[in-house]
Amino acid sequence: MTILKIDKKNWAEGLTAAANTYRLFGPVKEKDYHQFKALEKGEMPDLDMINTRLSPKALLFPQSEAMLECSLDESRDDHHIMKEIVRDDKPRAVVGIRPCDAKSTLLVKLNFDTPDVQDPYWLGAYHATTFIGMACDTPLSTCFCTTAGCGPYHEEGLDMLVMEQGDAYLAKLLTDKGKAFAAAAGWSETADDSAAFEAGRKAAEDRIVSTVKTDNLAATDLLELHGAPFWEDIAFSCINCGTCTFSCPTCWCFDIQDEVHGKSGVRMKNWDSCMFPIFTVHTTGHNPRDAKAQRVRQRFMHKLKYFVDKYDAGIMCVGCGRCVRQCPVNIDIRRVCEQMNSFKTAESCAAEG
Amino acid sequence: MVGYTDKIKEIAGRLLKECTVDMVIGFRKGTMPMMNEPCFATTPEAVDSLVWDSNCGINLANYLTNRKEKVAVIAKGCDSRNIVTHIIENKIKRDQVVIIGVPCTGMIDKRRITDMVAGEILDVSETENTIKVKTADAETLFDKAEVLQQNCALCIHRNPVIFDEMVADAIPEQDVVDRYADIQKIEAMDIEDKWRFFDDLLRPCIRCYACRNACPLCYCPTCFVDESKPQWMGKGQDPMDVRTFHFLRAYHCAGRCTDCGACERACPVGINMRLLTRKLEKDCQEEFGWEAGLSLDQRPAMDVYQANDPEPFIK
Repeated sequence: MTILKIDKKNWAEGLTAAANTYRLFGPVKEKDYHQFKALEKGEMPDLDMINTRLSPKALLFPQSEAMLECSLDESRDDHHIMKEIVRDDKPRAVVGIRPCDAKSTLLVKLNFDTPDVQDPYWLGAYHATTFIGMACDTPLSTCFCTTAGCGPYHEEGLDMLVMEQGDAYLAKLLTDKGKAFAAAAGWSETADDSAAFEAGRKAAEDRIVSTVKTDNLAATDLLELHGAPFWEDIAFSCINCGTCTFSCPTCWCFDIQDEVHGKSGVRMKNWDSCMFPIFTVHTTGHNPRDAKAQRVRQRFMHKLKYFVDKYDAGIMCVGCGRCVRQCPVNIDIRRVCEQMNSFKTAESCAAEG
Repeated sequence: MVGYTDKIKEIAGRLLKECTVDMVIGFRKGTMPMMNEPCFATTPEAVDSLVWDSNCGINLANYLTNRKEKVAVIAKGCDSRNIVTHIIENKIKRDQVVIIGVPCTGMIDKRRITDMVAGEILDVSETENTIKVKTADAETLFDKAEVLQQNCALCIHRNPVIFDEMVADAIPEQDVVDRYADIQKIEAMDIEDKWRFFDDLLRPCIRCYACRNACPLCYCPTCFVDESKPQWMGKGQDPMDVRTFHFLRAYHCAGRCTDCGACERACPVGINMRLLTRKLEKDCQEEFGWEAGLSLDQRPAMDVYQANDPEPFIK
């Protein structure tokens, strides 16, 4: 594993050089908080940020993405025929993504890249992107990545992991994409310092104070959990907004809409949310999830039970804590996970005597 | 408001024990500083989890909509005005609800406080007039008055306007000189500047609808933005659609909004959409001498006809 040493003085210069090959994205503070955006020429990602308000999932899965377009001008032969919009899948790099968010792309990939169906929009963007991660030395008290299959120095989903070391950055090249980015940036000084990553990881992990237990989720009977008595209590305060799902890096649901403006039309893909009552409305008008508690249960069951059972890849959560921090009424996935994980069916209670 | 918690538990416990109500709606302590969670208690034992402090900014009238059981609800001044509006609009019956009134000295602005200190806030505690904020490295003491939510700093109805029980004696109302200084500034802008201002104000919107859903006035079975037969507006991030949502929602609240601040507090991206609702509040006051939710006996400004209406078209 190659580890590079990048003097902080050469960092901006390297990114500027890399910008000739890659379109760069990174965290930038706008108004009151950080968010990921395309970097202007010479603009640098703010690596000191704790994390962004919204996850970087929009880089691969925009909130609104036009997929097909057509002309409604009937004097044209091809009017009303939907055509694919040419995508910009030129190389891009997201610089400064946190390990939790990088891991989340792999969970989302399970949905958009299956043996039967491959989503060309998400995958096109995914394959075009190089993920340059910044290790997370100052996690928040609401971060619980280490018990959500991830961690502040976690490498899954990253092409390069960068950590701070005094006046320099150390960069671990994890994939060929990572090596190519380093070459484009002109960073080549190596440092044999895997111990620094190990020490950094340990120190950062010790700063994670928040945990979830997930060990019983897979073994708990699905229907018993679905019928557990706590859902009304958990759902009571929920106002059914989309804050949790929209800020979540692993929520992948979308809705397809056709829109017409004058003589042109587009077919677009928009983020959707299982919290919204219309999410499941059938064309008949029937809504199988008509009640708030059913929708809240769906969100947590999907993340903490259905996903666990279906993919055997842990929970559909990387512990970034965004939904915990941003829920307007303080519904806390850590508390819900605890209730679900410690849930005992009548049968199992009897067996234990 | 220190000491309200015990009194709330006592009243709530009594109401449940005497079977006066089936359920008490209040707040329980949150899992993070400056956050409490709306909750319910249905047994006298369950009232032990109820709390009251300066982090109860969510409007509990929102949880009364179309309830069938007999309910007690804890209500600040603004909440009580929304309960009045709910009763007038037939969203709950007066004899179905026991209002536990809270004379309110204001809710603190978690965003402002977060901006005012360096580092993550790990604990926030309060006395009657001060707020103590702890981070890993420092402890900062604020006057509560300087860290109030803006709607609370401007509030002129801190005492419940309708109640069945009171948690404490009424407190003096604030002498607010000018509730609308910021609105007047926007009114004075020329058209170009106004466009720029609103464009900038609403650009961060992600259409999560937290503002709408936190609002006790927004109880339509299907909101106009969600309608698909017919579909009134686009569902993407087109700025025109985003603006349409915010402007039309504000108009739906005209003459009904009590400026409880739940919308702004709920917004995950920090939009002050109260600028829109307060402009309409100001208009209702200037045009009709109307303030929402003060009396059960008066119809709201937008659903009443008066012979002396100044508009000629209506005659």
